[in-house]
Amino acid sequence: MAELLQFIFSGLTVGAVYALVGLGFTLIYNASDIINFAQGEFVMLGGMITVFLVAAGVPLPLAALIAVGLTTAVGLALHRLAIEPARGSSPVTLIMITIGASIFLRGIAQIIFDRRFHSLPSLFGSEPIHFGGATMLPQSLVVLAVAAIIVVLLWLFMERTLLGKAVTATAANRLAARLIGINTRRIVDFSFAISAAIGAVAGIVVTPITLTSYDVGTLLALKGFAAAMLGGIGSAPGAVVGGVLLGLIEALTAGYISSNYKDAVSFLIILIVLVAMPQGLFGRARIERV
Amino acid sequence: MQRVLDSRIWPLAALAVIVVIAPLFFSSLYDYRIGALVFIFALAVVGLNLLMGFAGQVSLGHAGFLGIGAYAVAIGPTYFALPAWFSLLVGAVLSGIVAFLVGRPILKLKGHYLAVATLGFGVLVAIVLTNEADWTGGPDGMNVAHLMLFGWKVHGSDTWYWLAGATFIVGFVLAANLVDSPSGRALQAIHDSETAARMLGIDVARKKLTIFIVSAIYASVAGSYLALFDGHITPDVAGFLRSIELVAMVVLGGMGSVFGALVGAAVLVVLPQALTVFHDYEQATLGLIIMVFMIFLRRGIVPSLSAAFSGWRR
Repeated sequence: MAELLQFIFSGLTVGAVYALVGLGFTLIYNASDIINFAQGEFVMLGGMITVFLVAAGVPLPLAALIAVGLTTAVGLALHRLAIEPARGSSPVTLIMITIGASIFLRGIAQIIFDRRFHSLPSLFGSEPIHFGGATMLPQSLVVLAVAAIIVVLLWLFMERTLLGKAVTATAANRLAARLIGINTRRIVDFSFAISAAIGAVAGIVVTPITLTSYDVGTLLALKGFAAAMLGGIGSAPGAVVGGVLLGLIEALTAGYISSNYKDAVSFLIILIVLVAMPQGLFGRARIERV
Repeated sequence: MQRVLDSRIWPLAALAVIVVIAPLFFSSLYDYRIGALVFIFALAVVGLNLLMGFAGQVSLGHAGFLGIGAYAVAIGPTYFALPAWFSLLVGAVLSGIVAFLVGRPILKLKGHYLAVATLGFGVLVAIVLTNEADWTGGPDGMNVAHLMLFGWKVHGSDTWYWLAGATFIVGFVLAANLVDSPSGRALQAIHDSETAARMLGIDVARKKLTIFIVSAIYASVAGSYLALFDGHITPDVAGFLRSIELVAMVVLGGMGSVFGALVGAAVLVVLPQALTVFHDYEQATLGLIIMVFMIFLRRGIVPSLSAAFSGWRR
């Protein structure tokens, strides 16, 4: 029982990160129909920039703030410099642009930073908390809390603010949104910025647990993408549930079956979900208009 | 009849000329090596282009088949004492079967869902190749014996250049014939609108599956060549980045342009090689190249150029 609890703890922690990456995917996808494969690089940038600022003597909170700011700027630049100029291209072209951006950012990161693994000090020390025979790092609680806060803030923002409603309107029907006077280009800008910021925050809080390096982005992007798919792409609650589920499944697989195959099982489950219910857990079925 | 002859013979003749002329500009065996790699990748890209450019189905996991082909020629001779050429065939058949099994359920998916499903498949293959270390040597990979054909050992970059060039031309001809057949036109109808194609009585699911299998076999053969040529393989051959490279080659060259396959492969094989002088900058430049080409030549190099050319002629 203690063992199971242990796996659930670690699954929830990783799952929270997948959920945040998946949420980032969903925001951009809803605003622009673009699958942003550079999402994982936002996570990497958040972690790496903080690590190097802290190493340079900047206090951790300030370093984290700067990292989020810089990553947000990268997100904005990605939209303005790479996505906007290719507006109206086929989905495959746009996917390739974001993949190109992801390879580019990774390449830049290994030049500016280095190729080694890095960690950050935990916020509340590294003394494990004992609970029901299992242990949990205080930082895991930080990850869970931050993920929950982001999800709630995002929900409040979408439901309660005019800008949030504009984002929702853009996601529902871009043309109609433009007709009622919403600057949809701004909305997409904004989605890229928010996605980047969320990714950066996720990268910062998870670095003390999982470490970071210039190339952590790819697998995170794939898992986050998978989480969004599992939940039903375009659905924000779906991305969160999908992410947590994926994290749990992975942790249980690693614990009970084989840690070598934990990545494999999550992809296998995605394949099964896609085939059995292609719209995901929370998505709506789409009907092609002829 | 004359027109058909023209349209089939000219591209073929042009390709043959390219294969024969290119070595005149080569100054070392290294150049032959690059040339061979271009043709090997172009072979995989021709197959993937049938799937993406003509049938309109994306695959972000095609390196999985590259991996199956590569490990077939590595494992066959090492563990089963099969000749390399036979292992290549076994790999191709295996890839076809896997494509059939995987393709049947996932080709029902569309757009992004298909993208993630194929991606998942490719990553799965890479994970299996990495973890089954008893068979594959794990992350370090394994050595591949030389290809023997009729008692003759195929080795050396120049030999492989000619072999890969010839194979590419055969693959090109087969693909061009397929495109120009009723099946090929049915595929293009699927590309334009699946619903409309179905209304015309085209068995959409079956056509898509067939072309998926064909493209898998192309990739598998290319993978086998890659392994036999290099003499050593690692699971990277099946990795996500490889799949992306293949897709980038298709899109760069121009989707739906059979010629584009060669151009796309040439650009993405030669440019990174040329850039190895800036070793640290390799990834950054590769990413930049992909982005810039996608933004400015979004229809691909060959279609963009031919559009510009015909506009200029008029």
